[in-house]
Amino acid sequence: MAIPGADDAVILRAENLGRVVDTKVLVEQANFGVRSGEVLAIVGPSGSGKTSLLRLLNRLDEPSSGTVYLAGVDYRQIPPRELRRKIGMVTQRPYLFPGTVEQNLQFGPLQRGETLSSQSVETLLSQVGLEGYAARNVANLSGGEAQRVSVARTLANSPLVLLLDEPTSALDEASKIEVERLLQGIVRDQGLTCVLVTHDIAQASRLAGPALLIREGRIVRSGPAKEVFDA
Amino acid sequence: MLKDFISDQLVLGLAQAGVAALAALIVVLLARRRKIHLERDAIVAMLRGIVQIVAMGSILLLLLRGPRWTSVFLLMGMMVAAGATSARRAKGMPDAFRVSTWAIACGAGSVIAVMTWAGVIDTAITALVPIGSMLIANAMNTNGLALNRFRSDVLSHTGEIETALALGAEANTSVSPYVQASCEASLIPAIDSLRSLGIVWIPGLMAGMLLSGSRPIYAAIYQFVVLAMILAASGLTSLVSTLLMRGRIFTPAQQLMLQPGR
Repeated sequence: MAIPGADDAVILRAENLGRVVDTKVLVEQANFGVRSGEVLAIVGPSGSGKTSLLRLLNRLDEPSSGTVYLAGVDYRQIPPRELRRKIGMVTQRPYLFPGTVEQNLQFGPLQRGETLSSQSVETLLSQVGLEGYAARNVANLSGGEAQRVSVARTLANSPLVLLLDEPTSALDEASKIEVERLLQGIVRDQGLTCVLVTHDIAQASRLAGPALLIREGRIVRSGPAKEVFDA
Repeated sequence: MLKDFISDQLVLGLAQAGVAALAALIVVLLARRRKIHLERDAIVAMLRGIVQIVAMGSILLLLLRGPRWTSVFLLMGMMVAAGATSARRAKGMPDAFRVSTWAIACGAGSVIAVMTWAGVIDTAITALVPIGSMLIANAMNTNGLALNRFRSDVLSHTGEIETALALGAEANTSVSPYVQASCEASLIPAIDSLRSLGIVWIPGLMAGMLLSGSRPIYAAIYQFVVLAMILAASGLTSLVSTLLMRGRIFTPAQQLMLQPGR
C-alpha cells in the first residue's frame, strides 16, 4: 500500500503507527506524511486519540506497531533526546519551569551543553511578541504570555518539526487569537513544519493545509483541510 | 493501677498491651467518625506488631546462648522484612520490593557494619540486634516516606516531566526536583528527632541504659550516637531508594511509565 505523502519533500512520515494499552486501542494503523513547511491538522472529538497520536510522533509513548520516519530515518535509530529536540512539542498547558523567562528559554540548549546569547534570547522573545520579558518571573505571566514563552522555549531548540497539542484550548478568546496569530507568523516567516492537534475545526481551517480526521483512534478522512471538513 | 491487681509480670505485660491497644482503637474509632478509615490497617498492624515483637523476644532469648555471628543473619532477615513492608508504600512503582530492600541494606546495613567495625556498636547480640533493628526500622520508615512522596510528586507533575523530556532533557534531569524533594521530606522525622533530643524526646534506649546501671552522661551521649546513626542510615537509604527508583520509572527510550490512571 502506498503511504500518503511518501515522497522526497516529506519530512515526517508515520507508517502503520499504532498504540494499544492493555486491550484498548488508542491509535490504529495511522499512515500519513507531512511535507516540509506544511501545517497538518489532526482533528477529532475528545478522546478520539489525537493526543495519543501526537505523543507517538516524538516518542513520548512507544508505538505498539509501525514507526515514524524523520527526514527518511526510522526514528528508533535516533537517540530519544536528539529526536525530541528535532521534533519539538508545545502542550495544551505551558508547564513553565520555576524561574525567569530566560531560564525557561535556556532549558533546552543547556541540555546539550549550549547557552543562548542574550541576543538570541531577545530574538526568540521578539518572535513571540514578548520583547523585554527575559528577566520576568514566569509566575507573573498571563495564560497567553505563558503559552507564548512555551512556544519560544520549544523554538530555542531549533526543531525541524513542531507538534502543537491544542495550544490555545486553555486560553481565553483574546489570548487564543494572539497565540494563533503568533503561530501563523512563525509558520509563514520560518517555514516551520507543524502538526497541530485541535478539536476546533475553524482554527484548523485557518492554520492548516492538509488535515486528518480521527475517530476512535482511526484516521477516517485525510486530504486538504477544506475537503476534509466540508465532506 | 494494673499493678495493684496483677502480680505476675507476663500477665501484667499482656494487660498493659491490652490497655495501650484499646487507646489506639479508640483513636481509630474517632477517626472513623470523620470518615478516615484506619480500622483494618491499624488492627492488622497491632496484631502483627505484638506477634512479631514477642517472637523476636523469644528468638533473642535463644540467640543470647548462641554464637555472635548469628545476629548477622537476623539483621539480614530484618532488612528483607523491612523492604517488603515499606514497598507497600510504593504502590504501582516498578520493582518496589527490590529497590526498598537494596536501599535499606545499603543505608542501614552499611552504617551498622561501619559502626560495628569502629566499635561504636558492641558486637554482643544484646547490643547489635536491638541497635541494628532501630537503624533498620528507621531506614524502613524513611524509605516508605521517600518512595511514597516520589510517587505522588511524579504523578502530580507528569506534565512538567514530559515537557522537560520533550525539550531534550535526560530522564534523570526531568525528575531531579522530585528526587530532591522526596529525600528532604523523608528525612524530616530523623532530623526533628535529633533536633528535639533531650527537650521534647527522651528515647527508650537511654532509659534502658540508665536502668541497667550506665552513667547518665554516657547514656545521654550514646542516645545522640544512636540518633546520629539513624540519620546516617536513613539519609543513605533515602538517597539510594530514590536514585534506584528514578531509573526504573522510565523505559529505555526515556518514556515516563508512571502515569495517572495507568
